Amino acid sequence: MEFFERFAIPHPSAPIYASMVAIALTIVAIIAGLTYFKKWGYLWREWLTTVDHKRIGIMYLISALLMLFRGGVDALMMRAQLAVPDNKLLDAQHYNEVFTTHGVVMIIFMAMPFIMALMNFVVPLQIGARDVAFPRLNALSFWLFFMGAMLFNISFVVGGSPDAGWTSYFPLAGNEFSTSVGSNYYMIAIQIAGLGTLMTGINFITTIFKMRAPGMTLMKMPMFTWSALITNAIIVFAFPVLTVALAMGTMDRLFGTHFFTTNNGGMDMLWANLFWVWGHPEVYILILPAFGIYSEVISTFARRNLYGYKSMVVSMVLISFMSFLVWVHHFFTMGQGALTNSIFSITTMAIAVPTGIKIFNWLFTLYKGKIEITTPMLYALLFIPLFTIGGVTGVMLGMSAADYQYHNTMFLVAHFHMVIIPGVVFAMLAGLTYWWPKMFGFMLNERLGKLAAWVIGISTLVAFMPMFFSGLDGQARRMYTYSASTGFGPLNMISFVGAIGLAVGFAIIVYNVYYSVRYASRDIGADPWNARTLEWATHSPVPEYNFAIVPHVKSAEALWDAKKKRHILFQGDYEKIHMPNNSGVPFIMSSIFFVWGFAMIFSMWAVAIIATIGIFACMAHRSVEIDHGRYISVRKIEETETKLRGAK
Amino acid sequence: MKELFPMKQIMGFVFSLMLTVVALAVYFLNMSFAMGMTILVVTAFIQAAVQLVVFMHAGETKDKGAIYTNVYYGVAIALVTIFGTLLTMIWGYN
Repeated sequence: MEFFERFAIPHPSAPIYASMVAIALTIVAIIAGLTYFKKWGYLWREWLTTVDHKRIGIMYLISALLMLFRGGVDALMMRAQLAVPDNKLLDAQHYNEVFTTHGVVMIIFMAMPFIMALMNFVVPLQIGARDVAFPRLNALSFWLFFMGAMLFNISFVVGGSPDAGWTSYFPLAGNEFSTSVGSNYYMIAIQIAGLGTLMTGINFITTIFKMRAPGMTLMKMPMFTWSALITNAIIVFAFPVLTVALAMGTMDRLFGTHFFTTNNGGMDMLWANLFWVWGHPEVYILILPAFGIYSEVISTFARRNLYGYKSMVVSMVLISFMSFLVWVHHFFTMGQGALTNSIFSITTMAIAVPTGIKIFNWLFTLYKGKIEITTPMLYALLFIPLFTIGGVTGVMLGMSAADYQYHNTMFLVAHFHMVIIPGVVFAMLAGLTYWWPKMFGFMLNERLGKLAAWVIGISTLVAFMPMFFSGLDGQARRMYTYSASTGFGPLNMISFVGAIGLAVGFAIIVYNVYYSVRYASRDIGADPWNARTLEWATHSPVPEYNFAIVPHVKSAEALWDAKKKRHILFQGDYEKIHMPNNSGVPFIMSSIFFVWGFAMIFSMWAVAIIATIGIFACMAHRSVEIDHGRYISVRKIEETETKLRGAK
Repeated sequence: MKELFPMKQIMGFVFSLMLTVVALAVYFLNMSFAMGMTILVVTAFIQAAVQLVVFMHAGETKDKGAIYTNVYYGVAIALVTIFGTLLTMIWGYN
C-alpha cells in the first residue's frame, strides 16, 4: 500500500476526481471502439508505424488541437476564478497548477506541434521532395513529442501537476519548496518532447538543403520553406540549452546535486538565465513559421508576388542571430546592474527592426494588390493591427528602466498574449484553413470560417485589452484572487467575457470541420485557391509519393509561372519510385521512453534502468537492421494517377 | 604512399596528444585557478578545431562553405551565451 501512496494527488478536489473518471471512461471507450470496429490493424499499419511526412503532419495536427482544448479549458478556469473578487472556484494550489500547465501545454504541446504539423505537411511538398531526409527519425520525433505530452498531461491525476509556473524558476521549483512530483513531471516530460524537437530540427535542415527539386536554388524557395529553414536552425542551436538546463534541474530534484540551490555553491538564478537563453529563441521558433504562413497567404490572396523577397530572407537570418542576444529582457528586475540591462535593452530594440521590415513588406505586397478576402486572408489582415498592439507594448516592456513598473503584472500577460495569439495562433488557423484542402481533399466552409475569425479576433481584444489596464493599476500576474476594494473586478469580468468569446470562436471552428466533412464538395481540383507554390501542383489529397514526376523549377513561384508563363513543371515519363518502409520501432521506443519518464518521475529506479536498457536496445536494433526501402512500380503510379485525375 | 602515411592525420594526432598533455599539466603543476582555467579553455577550443578539421574531414567536400558557416555560427552563439551569462550573473550583477 505504501508503494501506491506516491501516486496519490497531494491536493485533491472534486473536479480532479471527475477528470480521473472521465479519462478512464475515454480510454475504455477508445479501446472498445477500436475493437468493435476492428480498427487495431488499420491503426497500427496506417498510423502508428507510418513514416510518411503527410501522415505524421496530420498526427501532429490532431495532437496540437487536442492540446489546444486542454490548454483552453485551463485558461477558462483561470478567467472564471478571477472574474469576480474573492472567488472560491479554485483554491491557491489548484490555481497555481492550472496556470503552470496552461503555459506549458500552450507553448510546448500546442504551438510547437502545430508548427511541426504544417512544416511536416507542407515543406517537402513545397520543395518538390518525396519525403523528409530521414523519414524514420521524423516518426521518432513525433512519437517522442507525443509521449512527452501524454506524460505531462497525466500529471494532474497521478501524483499532482507542476505548480511553479511555466518558467519553473528555482529555488521555487527545487525540492525545498516544491515537494510533490509535479516539477519532476515538468523536467522529464519536456525533456522527452524536446529531444523530438531537436531531431526535427536536424531532419528539416538536411531536407531543405539536400532534397530540393532540380532548379530550386535557395533564393527560389517559397517563403514558408525559408522560414522553416531558419526556424530549424534556431531549434538546433537553442534546444540543447534547454536540454542541459532540464538535465541539471532533474539532477537537483532527483539526485541531490546543487546546480540551482541557494546554498553549497548553487546558483538559483542560473536556471532563469539558461531558461531564457533557450526561451527567447523559442519565441522566434514560434513566430517565424507564422510569418512564413502569412507571407504565403498574403501573396496568394493579394495576387501579387511577395514584395522584397530578399529583404524578407535577410531579416529572418538577422532575427535568427539576434534572437540569441536579447534573453535578459525577460528578467531585468532580477538584480543586474544598469550596464547589463542597457545592453539587453538596446539589442531588444534592435531586433524590432527586422520584424518591422517584414511588416512593411506585407503592407507593400497588399498595396495595389487584387485583394480577395478569404478566411486565411482574414486572419492575416486581423493579425497586422492586433500584433502591432502586442509589439508596441513589447517595446514598452523592453525599456529596462520602465520595466520595473510593468514586470510581473497583468500588463506583461496581456503583452505576450497579444503577440502569441495574433502572431502564432491566427497564423496556425490561417495555415490550417489554407492547406486543409491539400490535406483532406475538401475545403472548410468559408462563411463559418470567417465568422470564427471575426469572433476570435474581437474576443482576443476583449479578453486581453483589459489586462493592460488592470496590470498598470497593479494587478500582479499569477494572483489567484483579489479583494473588491482593489477595483480589479470589472476589468477581469470583461476579460472573462472575452475568454468565453474565444471558446465560442473555437467551437465554431469545430462545428465548421463537422459541417464541411458532411457537406463540402469533394470536386475542388488540386489548386482551389489559385495559389503560387509547388504543393498545389500535385493532387488533393496528395498521393504517398507526392509527385509522380519530380518537378523542374525555374522561379520562386513555380506553380504561378507554370500557369502564367507556361513554364513546364513535369517533363519525362514515370519511373519507379523509391520509398521508405514503415517501422514500428519509433513508436515502441517512444513508449519505452514514456515508461522511463514515469519511472524517473516517481524515483522507481529498477523500472528506469530496465527502460533505459530498452531504449538502447531499440537504437542498437536500428544500427544492425538492414532496410533498403521499397519501390512503387510504374504500373502502380499510372493506376494512382488515373484514379486521382478523376474523369479526365 | 600517401594513403599509407597520411601526413596530415599523423601530425594532427601528435598535436592533439600534445594538447592533452598541456591540459593534463594543469592538474599536476601548481598554478592559480584563473591560469589553469585559461589553459583548459584555450586547449579545449584548439582540440575541438583539430578534431573537426583533421579527423572529421570538415573542409574536404564541396559543402565546406555550409559546414564552416555552421561551425562559426555555432561558436558565435556559444560565445555570446557564455559571455552574456557571465555578464548577467557575475560581472554586471549588483
